[in-house]
Amino acid sequence: MEKQNLILAFESSCDETSVAVIRDGHEILSNVIATQINSHKRFGGVVPEVASRHHIEQVTICIEDAMTEAAVTYDDLDAVAVTYGPGLVGALLVGVNAAKTVAYAHHLPLIPVNHMAGHIYAARFVKPFEFPLMALLVSGGHTELVYMQADGQFEIIGETRDDAAGEAYDKIGRVLGVPYPAGKVIDEMAHKGNDTFKFPRAMIDEDNYDFSFSGLKSAFINTVHHADQIGETLDKNDLAASFQASVVDVLTSKTLRVLKQYPVKQLILAGGVAANHGLRERLQEVLPKEFPNTDLVLAPLKLCGDNGAMIGAAGYVQYQHQQFGDATLNADPSLEFDWMPNMPH
Amino acid sequence: MKLLAIDTSNRPLSVAVLEDAKILATTTTNVGRNHSSTLLPIIEQSLAQAGFKPDDLDRIVVAAGPGSYTGLRIGVTTAKTLAFTLHKELVGLSSLEALAGNVLMEGQLVSPLFDARRDNVFTGLYRIENQRPVQVIADQHISIAEWTDQLAAYPEPVTFIGADVATYEAPLKEQLGDRFVRAQPQLDLPQASVLGLLGQTAQPVEHLHAFVPDYLRLTQAERDWQAKHPKEDHAPYVEKI
Repeated sequence: MEKQNLILAFESSCDETSVAVIRDGHEILSNVIATQINSHKRFGGVVPEVASRHHIEQVTICIEDAMTEAAVTYDDLDAVAVTYGPGLVGALLVGVNAAKTVAYAHHLPLIPVNHMAGHIYAARFVKPFEFPLMALLVSGGHTELVYMQADGQFEIIGETRDDAAGEAYDKIGRVLGVPYPAGKVIDEMAHKGNDTFKFPRAMIDEDNYDFSFSGLKSAFINTVHHADQIGETLDKNDLAASFQASVVDVLTSKTLRVLKQYPVKQLILAGGVAANHGLRERLQEVLPKEFPNTDLVLAPLKLCGDNGAMIGAAGYVQYQHQQFGDATLNADPSLEFDWMPNMPH
Repeated sequence: MKLLAIDTSNRPLSVAVLEDAKILATTTTNVGRNHSSTLLPIIEQSLAQAGFKPDDLDRIVVAAGPGSYTGLRIGVTTAKTLAFTLHKELVGLSSLEALAGNVLMEGQLVSPLFDARRDNVFTGLYRIENQRPVQVIADQHISIAEWTDQLAAYPEPVTFIGADVATYEAPLKEQLGDRFVRAQPQLDLPQASVLGLLGQTAQPVEHLHAFVPDYLRLTQAERDWQAKHPKEDHAPYVEKI
């Protein structure tokens, strides 16, 4: 029997402290997640210094629970993987320093992982990747179409020019009086309402693969404020449904457009907003019709938010390519994927 | 006892390896580079120079605050994780106490001081007894004016130590007159060797998971929230999902 590979993976880029043990890059032995949502709810969004303080409270508890749940010892491990960016610098630093210390203490190689690569590899827990593939990566901080010719090769084909989709959800959530994080509740409200407001679909007809959500956000806020001024009460479910219809229309149509130019074997949906049922259902409906030869791989619902398991899956690929970091590894809050050469931006 | 001491509370970074009272290796830098990049390599070097493997250590001592929030988290995360993952003792000591430990004049009052901006400082008052600092007034975040008021109760010379003393030298001199004593500037850098010596006899942390830096201040967001919601509490703030 071939020796199994075990990676201890850390994630602390925003408001979740997570440590996971992953076998052979695609099997979760443990995935401990400590979320700070209840804390940041007080402030209507993530406060970086508060997040950093929570991470340091949680990090060793998460390591202990992850090791115990996975029933492994440090001697069983092959490597330690960690998110080193992008994200909040103070938050990243806790995970990076904890991971480096564990790697040093137990003489294990250290694997620095890009958080966004991690999100894509959350889909690896569904099935093996087949290349080339396209990933629609939608979260609170990012909205990107990422083309992958092989493991570990990320080329951004399109991205948001202003707000990320998840950011727009949080902002209109505030207007609707939905507590942070608003995505899940708005998704539920949207399913009870109808698209009666017909908000704009920004850049939907433009011949590029970029997104824009700030116009939609403004249209939404103006509609609500105007109604307030004339004393009219708007149906909140219809507002949510109209907002979500615009977001899903834009994300879907841009994705279909990109697939025409880039024929791929798989389309991956990943990132926090990939948990949105409206978006998942729409892609499941249209992709088989328009691109019957492209397999839709939806990141598992439980792995759409930030978690250590996805970092372990991405880290495993880097382990195979011997992409290791060393004791000098630092957090890189604005870490990026490389742009694809010769693509209009 | 084999001991590793770490201080990254502020711009200086200091690491020392001790065996009982003997200092085997010590490195202190004041170059303002990112502690996250430099701390672990210096720990590796220091332990290697001492001829120790990480698992040989008995105890890790860390300067737990006050200081720069980010600096503290780098040192405390590293020390806490090392102690946890290798099942070693962890000791957290005041970063101010460690700095006061550079002064060895028996009986002397010492006020170690870090700038906290806008005329505020992190400081405390210590008296050197039996060659080690003993706390007289607890570490706190305080305006320089209030601090000199508090010191009025001690009609004797007070030695001020720390690189940030220069910033407040004028108001301190004005209020304290001849009682203001400036420690020699070469003592202003915290020394992990001193921290390690002080940490040798201290009680180790009982609940390692709960060990966090002594920031001595809530975040601005939390202060604002508490002022608006004096009776509310959302705790637990962090939940396992």
